[in-house]
Amino acid sequence: MSALEDNARQAPLRRVELQEAIEFIWLEADLLDAQDYLQWLTLWTAGGHYVIPIERDADDHAAQLNIVYDDASMRAARVKRLMSGLSMSASPSARTVRTVSRFRRLDDVDGATVIRCAQHLVEYKYDRTRTLAADVTFRLVRSGAGLAIERKVVRLANSDDALFGIGYLL
Amino acid sequence: MTEPATAPDYAGLVREDRVHTSLYVDPAIFDTEMDRIFSNTWVWVAHASEIPTPGSFKMSHVGRQPVIVTRATDGRVHVLLNRCRHRAGSVCEERRGKTSVFVCRYHGWSYDLTGKLRGVPHGVGYDASFDKADYPLAALRVEEYAGLIFATFRDDIQPLEEYLGRAKPWIDLFMKQGAGFGVKAAGAHRFRFHGNWKIQLENTTDAYHFPIVHRSFLTSLDDETEDQFDILNQGGWVEDLGNGHSVMVMMPNLIDLEANLDAPIPERFQSLAAELARDYPPDQVRRIVRAVGGTGFNINLFPNIACSMAFFRVLRPIAVDETEITHMAITMDGGPEAANRARLRLHEHFQGPMGFGTPDDAEGWERVQRGAAAGENLWILLNRGRERDVSAETGMRAAYQMWKRMMTA
Repeated sequence: MSALEDNARQAPLRRVELQEAIEFIWLEADLLDAQDYLQWLTLWTAGGHYVIPIERDADDHAAQLNIVYDDASMRAARVKRLMSGLSMSASPSARTVRTVSRFRRLDDVDGATVIRCAQHLVEYKYDRTRTLAADVTFRLVRSGAGLAIERKVVRLANSDDALFGIGYLL
Repeated sequence: MTEPATAPDYAGLVREDRVHTSLYVDPAIFDTEMDRIFSNTWVWVAHASEIPTPGSFKMSHVGRQPVIVTRATDGRVHVLLNRCRHRAGSVCEERRGKTSVFVCRYHGWSYDLTGKLRGVPHGVGYDASFDKADYPLAALRVEEYAGLIFATFRDDIQPLEEYLGRAKPWIDLFMKQGAGFGVKAAGAHRFRFHGNWKIQLENTTDAYHFPIVHRSFLTSLDDETEDQFDILNQGGWVEDLGNGHSVMVMMPNLIDLEANLDAPIPERFQSLAAELARDYPPDQVRRIVRAVGGTGFNINLFPNIACSMAFFRVLRPIAVDETEITHMAITMDGGPEAANRARLRLHEHFQGPMGFGTPDDAEGWERVQRGAAAGENLWILLNRGRERDVSAETGMRAAYQMWKRMMTA
């Protein structure tokens, strides 16, 4: 590693490279498909929010009804529930396979970057295969040597239509 | 088309303490239900707050038929079939909004908020006998109680208030969670499950499943709240309210939200109470905080709406083995933002496609439908229950007796 790179690494607000962000988002997707939820919890900042809105164009999610509006404690409770073995929608859970692509950087300031991407998810359980498509927006920040999620907003293509019980994480 | 040799014996399919499996699985019975029940009684279509001002509208359904619920310029509510009188095109494809006119996009016929036909493009193509007054959007009869708007195709059935009957005092109690501000519908979760609509109708009055199906929800609560949700052991009960309606009281101390306002504020609401105390006097803080958690009972109104603890549950039959559910959140209309946010977060916690409760309910109901594919001569048992037992199947028996009455009328 060159001295120049080394200096850059120590700078507090080092820019998040697009490729770095993409690899991080792929890691998150892989953890979710593998249902490695405890590892997934470590990807977040303490103040981070995980949001799945009903209205796709909503901005002030806290003031609206959402499908998911999780702070750190609700994320932890959600993971505990999914892993408890006590929830029949989550044990057994559907198998999921998701692909994330169409990455575009929307903002890039002060060591944080906002990436919008497309997610196609296929789930399978009990004779049935279903798909869910979503625009996903991440706000990622520097955390030690890596990145952390400060905000993840999953805008389903059919977010305001009738959905179905979802026993895993999007 | 050939008629079946004998019509099904609907009366024989419903006994005092059980119903026949065909009620879940027979498509012919489903078609008859849509006709004899959903086209023959009061069906809930909207809450008044969803169409707050003149020009407001929402799309809804009466049975399988799509309707538009509108508030006209004079403030009156109209429920109109969403079908152009010319060649049947839908005249509205927005779930809710504001407008002064509904236009069929096929040939441009336009209707006002009362359903009156206003405009017909190229009218010269019709002969002199054509009168626009003959072709309004088909309208249903509409009545409202405590903000709940119902419609019916029947002009000759009893008034809504008479139909609701003994459910009315419970509805009044339910609306106290407006805490003096009024109840406002504040967004909704919608989802479908592959199962018959009556499985959901039963569930609203089924306390028996709660500690089993919702154990993972219960373990996500703080100890005090978990005790509160130990609903089989709170001295609750189920009551038949007539006409298929029932109430299940799970938490008797939360029947009247304006009683016992001196009771200590639960720990989970203490920071909210402190926040509210900056803007409201102590007695109002207590009233608001008490209302945030909702009531301790479920009212099941036959056939499609429930006032369930802190939200409205609406069911819409799609097919014999498919049902759409709407869980409508409630806030205090113009009430404190912090309290309303707390209500939304509580709703999200249990309800909706990714709530801590709903997906397990939906899975349970789908497993009922899958199981009902077996044993075509077996029965669904509804024989559980002593007097004053919250897990008694009294409410289900009440609903099925109404089903029998309507299906054999």
